Amino acid sequence: MRRLAPALLALALAATACGSDQPVTATVESRTLTVFAAASLTESFGTLGKRFEEQNSGVTVKFSFEGSSALVQKLTQGAKADVFASADQANMDKAAKGEVLDGQPSVFATNRLAIAVGKGNPKGIKGLADLAKDGLTVVVCAPQVPCGSAAKKVQQSSGVTLKPASEEQDVKSVLAKVQSGDADAGLVYVTDATSAAGKVDKVDFPEAAGAINNYPIAVVKDAPQADLARQFRSFVLSEEGKKELAKVGFGTP
Amino acid sequence: MLWPPAICALALVVLPVVGLLVRSDLTRFPSLITSTSSLNALKLSLLTAGLSTVACVLLGVPLAVVLARSGARGVRVLRAVVLLPLVLPPVVGGLALLYLLGRKGFLGVLVTALTGEQVPFTTAAVVIAQTFVAMPFLVVSLEGALRGAGDRYERVASTLGAKPWTVFRRVTLPLLLPALGSGIVLSFARALGEFGATITFAGSLEGVTRTLPLEVYTQAEVDVDSAVALALLLILVAVAVIALARPRALEGVRS
Repeated sequence: MRRLAPALLALALAATACGSDQPVTATVESRTLTVFAAASLTESFGTLGKRFEEQNSGVTVKFSFEGSSALVQKLTQGAKADVFASADQANMDKAAKGEVLDGQPSVFATNRLAIAVGKGNPKGIKGLADLAKDGLTVVVCAPQVPCGSAAKKVQQSSGVTLKPASEEQDVKSVLAKVQSGDADAGLVYVTDATSAAGKVDKVDFPEAAGAINNYPIAVVKDAPQADLARQFRSFVLSEEGKKELAKVGFGTP
Repeated sequence: MLWPPAICALALVVLPVVGLLVRSDLTRFPSLITSTSSLNALKLSLLTAGLSTVACVLLGVPLAVVLARSGARGVRVLRAVVLLPLVLPPVVGGLALLYLLGRKGFLGVLVTALTGEQVPFTTAAVVIAQTFVAMPFLVVSLEGALRGAGDRYERVASTLGAKPWTVFRRVTLPLLLPALGSGIVLSFARALGEFGATITFAGSLEGVTRTLPLEVYTQAEVDVDSAVALALLLILVAVAVIALARPRALEGVRS
């Protein structure tokens, strides 16, 4: 019920919004924009969402941050959303194949890997090659998820083979294991390491350039707030959006 | 009068499985479940669930007897504490284990100092996580049976001169057998399905810590069909275990 009520409300609001075609001047209508976004966008999109709300009075931006593939699954199963932002091209392609997108997706940011180590870098890790040393507990993402496929690509292109103690399901789990001290190092996105500054230290390595992840964004087909969705998409792609994304370490496409 | 809700209850359990069956691609089923990673996961699941069931019996039987028979104060509180893993969200259980046995956990520090090894990321961690969540099932079934049976037989045996160990072996244990059987089946099944505590505490690596439920989760990221096939395999194994062991366990033939 708790989930149903807002959904019904949103539907009702959407219905009333569609009913009046002429621009509303006197009363500010309240609308909710639902954004499905990859978990690695939590911090940056959170800020962008607030900014978008400030610029569009009456608009509330609701986020669902999860693994990109879980989000695609929900969309293809009929979940209602307006915007979808994926952490990789593969999942956006899956969404396109599932016919849940309206128009072409555009890449708005890029991300690359970095090494997360414990605070103060107790094991003195300087680069990717150090991670292959014996006696180190290294954690990576499973090859099935975007950060894991990037980790695999980096290993292939650099010739460094890691023996991970665990292949985690998402980048946040890798960070958690480094933060708790159970892993000495983990391969994460540079953005996650930046957001967790103070809890982990970040070690950049040049080989990361061999596996750049593209982040595409698209409007969802039959979006309840299609206009707002297009607006939000342009906002993310705008200079202001890029600046905010760059703050946590995202690159520009 | 009881039929409609009973049917609803049954439907709630059966229909989701039917949903999985309908969704699955049965022609690909054999090839999907015989991939190396699936077989590794199945093997690891059977091994760890078996080991943790043994651990449940070795630790849980004495605990159940103590809880059911001890008149000491505070036992009622203990009885509630034993149920904790049943109500804790599995991820919280995994975190708790990590804070205890992880490299920075106070017991983990001790283990590392003594053996030079760390507990997380090992198959042992999987067994510990599974034992943690499965043991309450065994203890609860046994304790209920013990309290239901009362202690008159044991008292009579000891008035006839039997030593405590003889009483336990010749009187308490036979009384317990039916409940022990069903408790074993329940804990094995629970260990087999364990997910949250394992992924949080033990991690996920093929052949070492990636049990069948974790493999399902990993596969779901790329290939839902394969995840569904694996889920069906998990259900098949669980049903087989329950169907094979449960009736005998209920009749108390396991001896």
